[in-house]
Amino acid sequence: MRWGEIIRRLVLVPPTLFGVAVVVFVLLRVVPGDPIAMMIPPGASEADIGRLRALYGLDQPILQQFASWLAQVGRGDFGRSISLRQGVSGLLLMRLPATIELALLATVIAVAIGALVALTGILLRGRRAEWAVDGGVGVLLAIPDFLWALILLLLFGVLFPLLPISGRIDPQIDLDLYSNFYLIESLLTGRFDIAFALLHHMILPALALALPFAAIVARLLKASLVEAEDQDYAQVARARGYSRPAILLNEVFPNALIPTVALGGVQVTLLLGGTVLVERIFSYEGIGNMAIDAVINRDFPLIQGLVLTFAVMFIALNLAVDLVVTLLDPRLRHG
Amino acid sequence: MTATLAIDDLKVAINDSNVLRGVSLEVQPGEVRGLVGESGAGKSMLGRAVLGLLPANAKIISGHIAFEGSDLVGMHEAERRNLLGRRIALIPQDPMTSLNPVKRVGAQIGGLLRHHLGLSKQAAFARATELLIEVAIREPDRVLSLYPHQISGGMRQRVLIAMAFACDPSLVIADEPTTALDVTVQRQVLQLVERLRQRHGSAVLFITHDLGVVAKICRSMTVLHAGRVLEEGETADVLVRPRHAYTRALLAATPRADRPADTLRPVPPSLIEQLWADARRLDLLGPARPA
Amino acid sequence: MADLVVAPLAAPPSRLLAGLKRGGARLRVGAALVAILVLVALLAPVLAPHDPLEQDLLSAQLPPAWMHGGDPAYILGTDSLGRCVLSRLIYSARTAVTVALIAAAFAAIIGVALGLFAGSFGGWVDQVVSRSIDVWMAFPPVLLSIVLAAVIGAGLTSVIVAIVAVDWTRFARVVRAETMVQLTRDYAAAARAIGLSRAKLLRLEILPNLVPLLVTLLAVEMGIAILVEVILSFVGISVSGDTPTWGSMIAEGRQIVYQAPWIMGFPIGCIIASVIGVNLLGDGLRLVLDPVQRS
Repeated sequence: MRWGEIIRRLVLVPPTLFGVAVVVFVLLRVVPGDPIAMMIPPGASEADIGRLRALYGLDQPILQQFASWLAQVGRGDFGRSISLRQGVSGLLLMRLPATIELALLATVIAVAIGALVALTGILLRGRRAEWAVDGGVGVLLAIPDFLWALILLLLFGVLFPLLPISGRIDPQIDLDLYSNFYLIESLLTGRFDIAFALLHHMILPALALALPFAAIVARLLKASLVEAEDQDYAQVARARGYSRPAILLNEVFPNALIPTVALGGVQVTLLLGGTVLVERIFSYEGIGNMAIDAVINRDFPLIQGLVLTFAVMFIALNLAVDLVVTLLDPRLRHG
Repeated sequence: MTATLAIDDLKVAINDSNVLRGVSLEVQPGEVRGLVGESGAGKSMLGRAVLGLLPANAKIISGHIAFEGSDLVGMHEAERRNLLGRRIALIPQDPMTSLNPVKRVGAQIGGLLRHHLGLSKQAAFARATELLIEVAIREPDRVLSLYPHQISGGMRQRVLIAMAFACDPSLVIADEPTTALDVTVQRQVLQLVERLRQRHGSAVLFITHDLGVVAKICRSMTVLHAGRVLEEGETADVLVRPRHAYTRALLAATPRADRPADTLRPVPPSLIEQLWADARRLDLLGPARPA
Repeated sequence: MADLVVAPLAAPPSRLLAGLKRGGARLRVGAALVAILVLVALLAPVLAPHDPLEQDLLSAQLPPAWMHGGDPAYILGTDSLGRCVLSRLIYSARTAVTVALIAAAFAAIIGVALGLFAGSFGGWVDQVVSRSIDVWMAFPPVLLSIVLAAVIGAGLTSVIVAIVAVDWTRFARVVRAETMVQLTRDYAAAARAIGLSRAKLLRLEILPNLVPLLVTLLAVEMGIAILVEVILSFVGISVSGDTPTWGSMIAEGRQIVYQAPWIMGFPIGCIIASVIGVNLLGDGLRLVLDPVQRS
């Protein structure tokens, strides 16, 4: 059974994360760039610099730094951000839900658009309009997420000012929520006014993230649909008197979904990576936005925390994709 | 009595080359007619023409196909879809690839029954169980809950046969259903087809390249080569007193239990060439394309 | 000796012309766009109406000449420091093309070299290279390039290093695969039988066959280089402060996007045109060269 393999993958997660942590840790300290130097005000004395350095443990040998950091992480403490002067864990917890919600919304939009385009494409199979669909998808693929973000910002934020272009929500709205998962919580508790306001702010960045992925989904799904429609079982279905749309939906689509998810599912990590720039462009308060400044400021604890968080999400995503593929394809379950 | 299937002077071309050169054939109600020929003779193309499932680059140039008196060629798409699967059914060739791999057997049979007969879920399940018993599948309940890759090739072919007869069709087109199976399974399949045919009162057009199969199950037969009918008649007649040289050659090449193996003769290439030349001459005579 | 070896030849000229027709609209449009881009970059000093660094604070944030309040002296308007947007766009094209060409070239050289080594030597060399490629590709490219550029510090070098580091794998994977395929072909075995050394084989036979593939990849790589440079300059860690880049124009424009949307809008248009042009060119080249290669 496939489940054994999934358990094996789960067991491999901690060592993988450990490896990532080591690499990041070493890399940060080996390359040039002194975080303390970045944050001290001009005119600080040597003693002050020394004290700050000791405060962040940067005067100790690397191995000792790593050991104490590991011990900290074991307790759930990711240390203190040098540039933002707050606890890293707190910062991450505060902003991670925003990014997760954005990524989720973007994925849903991307899958919906991609599926629609692919189904349209295959219904038009053999006709001249199919060429237009393929061409459109090609153009979509060429433009990366951050460019889309800028275009959408200009179009729908400035030229036709329909939507806001910064922040997660209008600062004047009173948010009486328990968690930082604003959208999910407001939807679940029926506070649709808040949810609506949130979506107002999220739709543009989510769309920017979604479009490149939608293009990938559309291309993959259409190719899979075309291949599946030529298979024997689909041809035999025609001899049973089913209409072509019915065959596409009932017989072909479930089969085409498998290679699409298998090959395209991993690309969702690209979507996650895109949050770094897109959140910045829309001043959206997620962890992607923090990442750029953290790197420029050489904020080691924050960078470490961020990299580990992204790594965990990537691994989780890959596992989830594999799980979904196993669910979709009965042949994998019974082997 | 109206023939179940009446094909009259059918001409079909793919791109610009002729595949069927004026084929005429009839299947009476309840009759089992064999359609024999080597690969490339046009047998499968004939079956697809009847079903209205010719490939995109193929075209019916002229001729008629009538099913129980109604013209199939010019029929409305919706009307044809009503017939297919219900009154005209197909037993496909390759059981390994003809079932949807991600749907359970029960869902596939049940879907067919509900679509054409409008049965409820429970009624469809019951009927599907009956059908599986008819094709000698033990533990029909269990098989219905399985996926195609969990059952053997022979069992898959039996499921396909069950699906073909599910709605009591008047005509079943069997497209080389025994070709992909080994000899022992072949025999069982032939028995099943014959049994179901009798029970449901269907006529069968049995497409095959194997004369042995024709001898076992077909009351009448048609010999096809290069898209032309070379000979036809009652099987007993044709096999004992073949009139065409090609039929004779085919017989000489077919292994029989009552003849030693060293008397087998391959079909002479010169004969084949001659027949193809004849066919091409025929093409040049009449218009090969619509006016 | 090489002429004794039977190898797929590069296409004769008549074949190439027929192939160019096969490229179709994509090739023509793509080539046109790229040609315009390169020309603008080359002729920047001639084309630009003003010095891109020259500030005129009295004429700050002027809209394009055809809009209300515009000044015909500044056709596409000015930014917050009164610098001519059109001139800055033109000189940014120069930066973009420079980065694109150099970075693409280096990525190609390194990637091809490693790919050739891995593909022809096999064994542990191949293992090392392949594992490196796998690990490398596991990192999100955006983050990686930002980290690298931040680490090395501002400047043209860091941008190029960042691009090369992020995308050499593109060349390496393809070249490695092609090399392995080519080496299993009969002509390669024949060549080795005659006694051609591996290095000579690579140089004389395999490389020429890889050229069409590489040309296409180079086009794609240039598109990627342009985009990475934009990202880095948007974030503020690209070439040093004064040099105009599309990315820095966008970053500036973002701050005042409600007041002066054109400052952000025009660079976006340039980037899109460049990227689409390069992609179309790559597509068109692939259409032209692929069938020739196979026949």
